[in-house]
Amino acid sequence: MASHYEAPIRKPLVLGDKGYHDVSVDIAAPVEGRANKHWWIVFSISLAALLWGIGAIVYTISTGIGTWGLNKTVNWAWDITNFVWWVGIGHAGTLISAVLLLFRQKWRMAINRSAEAMTIFSVIQAGLFPIIHMGRPWLAYWVVPIPNQFGSLWVNFNSPLLWDVFAISTYLSVSLVFWWTGLLPDFGMIRDRAVKPFQKKIYGLVSFGWTGRAKDWQRFEEVSLVLAGLATPLVLSVHTIVSFDFATSVIPGWHTTIFPPYFVAGAIFSGFAMVQTLLIIMRKVCNLEAYITVQHIELMNIVIMITGSIVGCAYITELFIAWYSGVEYEQYAFLNRATGPYWWAYLLMMSCNVVSPQIMWFKKIRTSIMVSFIISIVVNVGMWFERFVIIVTSLHRDYLPSSWTMFSPTFVDIGIFIGTIGFFFVLFLLYARTFPVIAQAEVKSILKSSGERYKSLRAAGKPMYAIRKDGVVRETFIDDEETAVEAEAPSGATPAFNLLNTLGSFDASSQTPDKLQKVKGIGPLMEKTLNKLGIFSFLQISKMTDKEYNLLDELTGSFPGRAQRDDWAGQARMLLNTDK
Amino acid sequence: MAETKIHAYYDDDDVLMHAVKKVKAARHHIEEVYCPFPVHGLDKAMGLAPTRIAITSFMYGCLGLAVAVVMMNYIMIEDWPMNIGGKPSFSYIENMPAFVPIMFEMTVFFAAHLMVITFYLRSKLWPFKEAENPDVRTTDAHFVMEVEVHNNEDELKELLLDTGAVELNIIKKRH
Repeated sequence: MASHYEAPIRKPLVLGDKGYHDVSVDIAAPVEGRANKHWWIVFSISLAALLWGIGAIVYTISTGIGTWGLNKTVNWAWDITNFVWWVGIGHAGTLISAVLLLFRQKWRMAINRSAEAMTIFSVIQAGLFPIIHMGRPWLAYWVVPIPNQFGSLWVNFNSPLLWDVFAISTYLSVSLVFWWTGLLPDFGMIRDRAVKPFQKKIYGLVSFGWTGRAKDWQRFEEVSLVLAGLATPLVLSVHTIVSFDFATSVIPGWHTTIFPPYFVAGAIFSGFAMVQTLLIIMRKVCNLEAYITVQHIELMNIVIMITGSIVGCAYITELFIAWYSGVEYEQYAFLNRATGPYWWAYLLMMSCNVVSPQIMWFKKIRTSIMVSFIISIVVNVGMWFERFVIIVTSLHRDYLPSSWTMFSPTFVDIGIFIGTIGFFFVLFLLYARTFPVIAQAEVKSILKSSGERYKSLRAAGKPMYAIRKDGVVRETFIDDEETAVEAEAPSGATPAFNLLNTLGSFDASSQTPDKLQKVKGIGPLMEKTLNKLGIFSFLQISKMTDKEYNLLDELTGSFPGRAQRDDWAGQARMLLNTDK
Repeated sequence: MAETKIHAYYDDDDVLMHAVKKVKAARHHIEEVYCPFPVHGLDKAMGLAPTRIAITSFMYGCLGLAVAVVMMNYIMIEDWPMNIGGKPSFSYIENMPAFVPIMFEMTVFFAAHLMVITFYLRSKLWPFKEAENPDVRTTDAHFVMEVEVHNNEDELKELLLDTGAVELNIIKKRH
């Protein structure tokens, strides 16, 4: 197809000699295999952090907000900093999957799934903070406009805090359906590969019975496009509204019109940094270097550099406008920010967010995995301090010098923050083991245009496909009770053919044969015989039932009943799960 | 359902597209094609009507906007008009700027969710729904074209093999 053409100057997005089946195998491997020791170590640490956070939350709620470091001057600090930080991180997922989809950027396909997962998990963390800060979280439903027993006591639709409730819940739920809809075909793939009945059932359940008809795909693509079109303004609106929480107040340092674009740029900046942190680890742990390539890392670094520069412009504009406004309160707020007692936080913010991404101008640096990883962490830290600086330095020296004070968090504040980091990583680690972490159906659809195998075929002037005329023909009979019965193939049918019909065939070009001798009862001779029959993998053996055993006995004539006694199918199932 | 149908397996999207065009040119009706990933142009080649799901999304969005306006008009203007910061709520249109964010959010909320629900119902996707793909390989790397047979089995078989099908499964109903 002409649509598969891509200019040769573009670097391949899928490295290595990968065909469609290889993509399935690679993406399903982390799900089908077992967790290694590193996974368990990181998971345990995250879980411990989460438990500490739960403890801190329970203490806060049972004792009161007084356990926090807030005081009557700085009455809004740590929790809102964390809230804005997490919401900001949650912006990259939708940005990658929606905005890059609208711009038809193919490189998004390797990272959109994990970025969206990150979005959902971090928005969950963000949502926790306002709910905890309510003090009585069991009354959180009061933010919803429902008729109530207090007469006509409605929520205030003039308040940016209520806009936030609507914006964030819309964003979370729309991101969730966007993510899940994209997951359906990939869950379907894992379902159809699953061997164990429990996994088959679970993935059958979460794949919603995805079938992959042409009409389904047509609708799927349209739905993805429309959701992307809806999510793009949505994601911009969410952080705009978050910035309104500050910008609509009359606090010097908050009351600025630059906040919406500046917050949105900062959100994209921090979100991409978090995606970078997670994916640099994930590509290594899940062996996905062929899909999340250095080119992907470089492109993300460029986005980080650009959004970092936008954020830097915003910082400088703020300073300029404060001076230019001639309002002395405004001028003092910024003077105090940069040179007051919180100068170190300001300096940290400036150096992490504005200076550090600038080294990405050098290609050597932005293609270095190690440096990219370090910068991504630095940016995450810097963006946390940005919110801290905006919030705390604007409050701690208010209009009344007698009430000037400092803010210091208590162990409860810190505990809840650490807890959300733990919760985030618990969710992400579970996701990495159970979900297809790359949108494999989408990757398959760009394989011919951007895969290394097909790119090199095209460069060599070789055909991308061949029309073979030697297809096999088989017949299936359906009884009226709808039970399919495999019948003998019409011409030259052999029992071996029937055997393969039920066990599934083995494609030597794309799969590697298993060591069948690991199954007790299969010796070197039997392995050879099985191979001759076309049985090479544990997967095939695991599907054997009495009918197949009998067929096999008939074919080999040796050791009748042996396979039943040793339960080859059961053994093969065990091997399938341990041998990966 | 016809007495007999043929499932033709393909292992390449380009081969499939050529096959679909050939089968259509030979004036056979393609019942269904099961694909592991979206093949661009397949719906047109098969003669599927374009999907109207984007239109439904637009209508759901209009509904969401209307709901937001009616809700906020009732709550903020009619039921309990409040004087906030010296700006009394006596008319929706005068207070509208403050309501724009929620009007927008509700529009998006309705458009996105109701469209996705429509998609799930129309494509029969929900929890506990059994998958209907004829072969597990159709979510991996194989495409299956389903063609019904009307006393032309041999002719169809020959045509499908000629288009590069790697496997044909002839499904017959037995009485």
